[in-house]
Amino acid sequence: MLADIAAVAGKDLRIEWRSRVTASQVIPFAALVLVLFGFALDANRPVLERATPGLFWMTVLFVTNLAVQRSTSIETSDGARRALLLAGIEPVAVFVGKALAVAVELLAVEIVLVGGVLVFYGAEIDDWGLLVLTCVVATMAVAAAGTLLGALVAGIRARETVLPILLLPVLAPVLISATRAFDDALGSVAVQGWAWLGLLAGFGVLNSGLGALAYGVLLEET
Amino acid sequence: MTTQVAAQDRGDGDPTRAHTGSRATRGLGLVVLAGLVALVLLAFFAAPPDDEQGDAVRLIFIHVPSAILTYVAFFTTAAGSAMWLWKRSSWWDITAHAAAEIGVMFCALTLFTGSIWGRPTWNTYWDWGDVRLVTTLILFLLMVGYLVVRSSGGDDPAVSTRAAIVGLLAAINIPIVNRSVEWWFDRTLHQKASLTDGKLEDLTLFTLVFGLVVGLLFFVWAMIHRFRVGWLEHQARAEDLDEALEARRSEAAAAGSSASGGEA
Repeated sequence: MLADIAAVAGKDLRIEWRSRVTASQVIPFAALVLVLFGFALDANRPVLERATPGLFWMTVLFVTNLAVQRSTSIETSDGARRALLLAGIEPVAVFVGKALAVAVELLAVEIVLVGGVLVFYGAEIDDWGLLVLTCVVATMAVAAAGTLLGALVAGIRARETVLPILLLPVLAPVLISATRAFDDALGSVAVQGWAWLGLLAGFGVLNSGLGALAYGVLLEET
Repeated sequence: MTTQVAAQDRGDGDPTRAHTGSRATRGLGLVVLAGLVALVLLAFFAAPPDDEQGDAVRLIFIHVPSAILTYVAFFTTAAGSAMWLWKRSSWWDITAHAAAEIGVMFCALTLFTGSIWGRPTWNTYWDWGDVRLVTTLILFLLMVGYLVVRSSGGDDPAVSTRAAIVGLLAAINIPIVNRSVEWWFDRTLHQKASLTDGKLEDLTLFTLVFGLVVGLLFFVWAMIHRFRVGWLEHQARAEDLDEALEARRSEAAAAGSSASGGEA
């Protein structure tokens, strides 16, 4: 099981590494969104500082949409889904492996984004532990929900437009809780950041559970 | 039960004569119509204006029933989705779809009446700090996504399975959305449950319960019709498939007999 998970995650990450899409397209896109938010808020430092956690996580949600599209298109081209089924790998292992690969890509983008908000928005970090843990937990949650929905839209012809309609409302609680946890970690608002982290973890567990149960059905029937 | 009625109503195999009405649903429809007229009279003329809210209180006679029916409808969708995944029963699948469509309509009505009620009462159309408001909006968006998946095309069982998973995903995420919005602002403008606080006048309470009964009857009426439309669509596609299979089989049989004739 663990070996299967590693094989699936390794496959996706290797494709990503060789095509350099994350490095050459997704990270520049994320940086661009940060800069555009700066224009939208009139480069107003106090406003930007106050809004930094929300803008950070909005950018992550946009990037998630791209990363899940990529992860899905790997399987839909060349009948790779059939091959994955025929390989005799448990669907749960495929789900966990693909979600892990998406999470690794998102974490790489988030490292760049943290640098971006430090430089462009003048953010200061009060609590590194909370910041790092929030990133890890929120990213796992987002990757699990994204991977499930990616498999769900895989067989739909207009999947590029259907995916965000499904994904973004599901991720609304992640946006709220991760933003609040960052508010605490960046010291911009006094809130109970660790309680929000717990809510994020709950979201992650629920959606990973449903994903693990439903992924096999989706892989085999749609 | 509805399945049998729908099957009888298919116009004896002639698809152009198929319809979704029956004597029972026509009767129910008339009752709903009369109920709506009575509700309008009660809500706009008979019920007294509120001491604080004035005439704006009359909106709750539509708002509260449609909010309750929204959740009834989406609960039905979630149950139907689970049953489709478990039993693969088309009955539940069509029920889930019908309830989702009607639920989205009630949900839109809830948000709309709530906003225009909020303006004179809270002095704002929309309040981000209100848990029920924001939760209902997210639920609305999730269920619009459900209908998008339904209409996205593809073969029947695949669409049903996709939609069922979206229905369940919406259902399990609603408590999380609710909790996160509740913590987010830790305050609520919303009326606490209007029915149970004992402050309503007799006629206001009567009108509210009456509105709920009329709304529920309308929901049942709309469900029966929407279900029958779904069932007829399901039948029509199954018949098309059967006819196509029959045509291919007869072609194969004809080809087979001419081939064997050639050998002799």
